Amino acid sequence: MNFDLSVPTQLMQALTPDVFLMVGAMALMLVSALRPDSDEHQRLVGYCSIGVLLATLGIVIWFGSRGFTSGPGVIAVDGYRLAADMLFILAALGAIALGIEYNGREGIWNAESHVLVLFATSGMMIMAAARDLMIVFIGIEIMSIAVYVLAGMNRRSPRSAEGALKYFLLGAFSTGFLLYGIALVYGSTGSTNFTTIGHNIVQYKLAHQGMLLMGVGLLLVGFAFKVAAVPFHMWAPDVYEGAPTPITAYMAAAVKAAAFATFLRLWRESFDLLDFAWLMPVWWIAAATMIYGNLVALAQRNVKRLLAYSSIVHSGYLLVAIAAGTNSGSAAFLFYLLAYTLATFGAFAVVCAMSRPGDRDLEITDYEGLWRVRPGLAIGMAICMLALLGFPVFGGAGFWAKVYVLAAAEATPFRQLMPLTVLLVLASVISAGYYLQIVRVMFMKPRPEGAQVPAATGALTRLVLAISVALVILVGLIPARAVGWARNNQPTAPVTLSTAKAP
Amino acid sequence: MGNEFLPLLYSFHFYLFGLISIAAAIAFVTRKSPVAAAMWLVVTMFALAALYVMMDAQFIGVMQVLVYAGAIMVVFLFVVMLLNLGHPSELSDIRGKWGRIIAGFLGLALLAEIMTLTRSPLELKLVVPAIAVSVNSTGGIIGGVAGPLFREYLLAFELTSILLLVAIAGAVVLGRKRSAN
Repeated sequence: MNFDLSVPTQLMQALTPDVFLMVGAMALMLVSALRPDSDEHQRLVGYCSIGVLLATLGIVIWFGSRGFTSGPGVIAVDGYRLAADMLFILAALGAIALGIEYNGREGIWNAESHVLVLFATSGMMIMAAARDLMIVFIGIEIMSIAVYVLAGMNRRSPRSAEGALKYFLLGAFSTGFLLYGIALVYGSTGSTNFTTIGHNIVQYKLAHQGMLLMGVGLLLVGFAFKVAAVPFHMWAPDVYEGAPTPITAYMAAAVKAAAFATFLRLWRESFDLLDFAWLMPVWWIAAATMIYGNLVALAQRNVKRLLAYSSIVHSGYLLVAIAAGTNSGSAAFLFYLLAYTLATFGAFAVVCAMSRPGDRDLEITDYEGLWRVRPGLAIGMAICMLALLGFPVFGGAGFWAKVYVLAAAEATPFRQLMPLTVLLVLASVISAGYYLQIVRVMFMKPRPEGAQVPAATGALTRLVLAISVALVILVGLIPARAVGWARNNQPTAPVTLSTAKAP
Repeated sequence: MGNEFLPLLYSFHFYLFGLISIAAAIAFVTRKSPVAAAMWLVVTMFALAALYVMMDAQFIGVMQVLVYAGAIMVVFLFVVMLLNLGHPSELSDIRGKWGRIIAGFLGLALLAEIMTLTRSPLELKLVVPAIAVSVNSTGGIIGGVAGPLFREYLLAFELTSILLLVAIAGAVVLGRKRSAN
């Protein structure tokens, strides 16, 4: 079916998964307000949220299987959107599953914390669907406001409050960049619609217009803030360290993925012809992110902070795929996001399992000799670390993700990307310094005298870890299937209605 | 009342509301008590709304009352009262020597702008876009806003309400008393 997006009912049908998730979140918000906060109530709302997410996942898959398309309009109906939706829902499932047990242990009994994850996810789905700068902006705000609150959810911890406030202030600041960029792009092209912007740039030969280029530059800065790319990364380590661990995982995986997904669609559909202007800035941001993130990560002693810098580094790798700007570039991008999301959630599941109430025991030294007391956690963590490193065979999907990004960057017409691929490989070698350090500490060091054995891991945390690790290995064994999935889900131009009305 | 009185009536009301708004604005910046100052600001907003209505912009006039005099002023008063800023003696302000000088320069600059604008050779009438004329003839005064809002921008409009809901829920979650543990 080809949706005519100018008809409200068809627009609504084209947004079925998003609307379902929003309605579900609103219903659960009422449920969470029904009873006073308690651990049982928080668990109940958490399980209901998982149910809503699974149903949404089902709708997304059904939606994808029907091969819907759409005419020009404010949203896109294509495989790229649905593939991105699946990633967001996967991350939200992980965050809520970890969150149910984490919140119970830390005494965060706000049932709304799970509902806010649902709202943030619906904002991300809107971002992935958006084909209009206005919708992009509202989607980003729905996601960001929910995540600002989630980052400060642990009200007993001053670190959490500090991180949330920093995130809020810098996030509001970056929103200013984004909005100014949108205004300038609108001012120079006369439209907020992605397709029309691209069309007008060609038709009216706007490619070298100063106002448009300034707008594109400001948009780039705004997105770089959201994905925490150097030099716009300064908020990330403190926020990631302060936020409750499941929310840190959610931010590292889903928030980043959503910003990247929107960024990629906007760049491919509107600013494809402006590559002469944005290629070098993206090049420098990617290079700086990979080098700086890796060098600082080497010095980290706190595992949560280390993973924060690791997520900054991965933004750099993803920017390489975006700079490629081709179909294989966006396929590599989706595949990389899948592998990165899985490995991140596996790693954070172990961090959740290891930490004691009050978020203690997060130093690398606390992982010494983990193999002797909790072999399951140690093996899971090791595989996730190797996947983030991009190690062959044992790293599973992580290895193939890097291979495809490199292949996409090599195959582009831009010769400038060649040094960037070399940098990517070098950066991966540096990153071995901290990823393998954790593996070494877990397996080769003896358990220190008097170190506490971590408390028994909850069933949900174990489930998240097992599923993440299993999928990392599985996708690593059959990368061709997953890449086929990523390759089939490109951002596609809107279908021009054959029955378009005569003027 | 004949038509010949209309211009007179118009001028009378223009000067009436204009003087009220200026007087209220002066009172607003000179009052010591924040609550009194806020109330004078409300008076200014009402007078401005009346001026908008006289310029045939009833919709903007109504919005002025609802949004500025209503919502935003209530928030001002809430903040003033919640933070207990009601005692003028405890307040410090920027009405020092330098504050006055800078404010004077800003005022002069604005005045100069208005003077240049009135002397400029450009036509001062706003040109109404053709689409607005066609919408206005069928949809009345707010048709020009309501039509696009519920057609082209329907999705953005609905999503904004979700955004506000999330913001309210988030504020309540963070602002509520800590759950006893």
